[in-house]
Amino acid sequence: MMDVLYFAWVRERIGLPKERIETTAATVRDLVHELQAREARYEVAFADLDALRVAVDQELTDFDASLKGVREVAFFPPMTGG
Amino acid sequence: MDIRVQSDAFDLGAESNAFATRQSAMGAVVTFTGIVRDMDGGGMSHMEIEHYPGMTQKALEAIADEAMGRWALGDILIIHRHGSLRPDDMIMMVATASRHRKDAFEAAEFLMDYLKSRAPFWKKEHGGAAARWVAARDDDEDALDRWRR
Repeated sequence: MMDVLYFAWVRERIGLPKERIETTAATVRDLVHELQAREARYEVAFADLDALRVAVDQELTDFDASLKGVREVAFFPPMTGG
Repeated sequence: MDIRVQSDAFDLGAESNAFATRQSAMGAVVTFTGIVRDMDGGGMSHMEIEHYPGMTQKALEAIADEAMGRWALGDILIIHRHGSLRPDDMIMMVATASRHRKDAFEAAEFLMDYLKSRAPFWKKEHGGAAARWVAARDDDEDALDRWRR
């Protein structure tokens, strides 16, 4: 089980900030494909991965990152701090 | 190092003073403050800043640690707000202290460049019935190139 978090417009498109997911996905990209296969709202939110960023256990990484032993994955658009 | 993520407003004068006063043997203090501006001229009533609570503090600390390693700094202060802000409200500030001004200026610029695109904050502008997420700019990402080595 892992927590999957969504922020900003990703959260709005998917319609929730956080969910617990049972998955055997090996990488972030595999998890994205699993989610996309679930429902149209996920497919829409993940349509353009270049427009998304991902953090694994609260560290920025990329879509090829391994999910082995991971507790938390977060998807969000490019950040706009400052 | 003093790094704070908060919804409350901060007092720029008091923070700057306290920061400068607590340094010793530092010849230079640089501060930068970010202020909410209405990009489209009069249309925005407020801005909502979302963040990633578990990650924000750690990401800011990592950016500050990197700056401490690159320049001869005595201290760093970062305050970044989240929640609902109005035009002309202060969003954030950074302060750097060093023996000489070059390190303090460069480190402050580095912190700002990294805060913009590596700290997990997202801004949404609200005006009337409309709301839109502020998009990251390509030149925000380009700004990081000058610091890569």
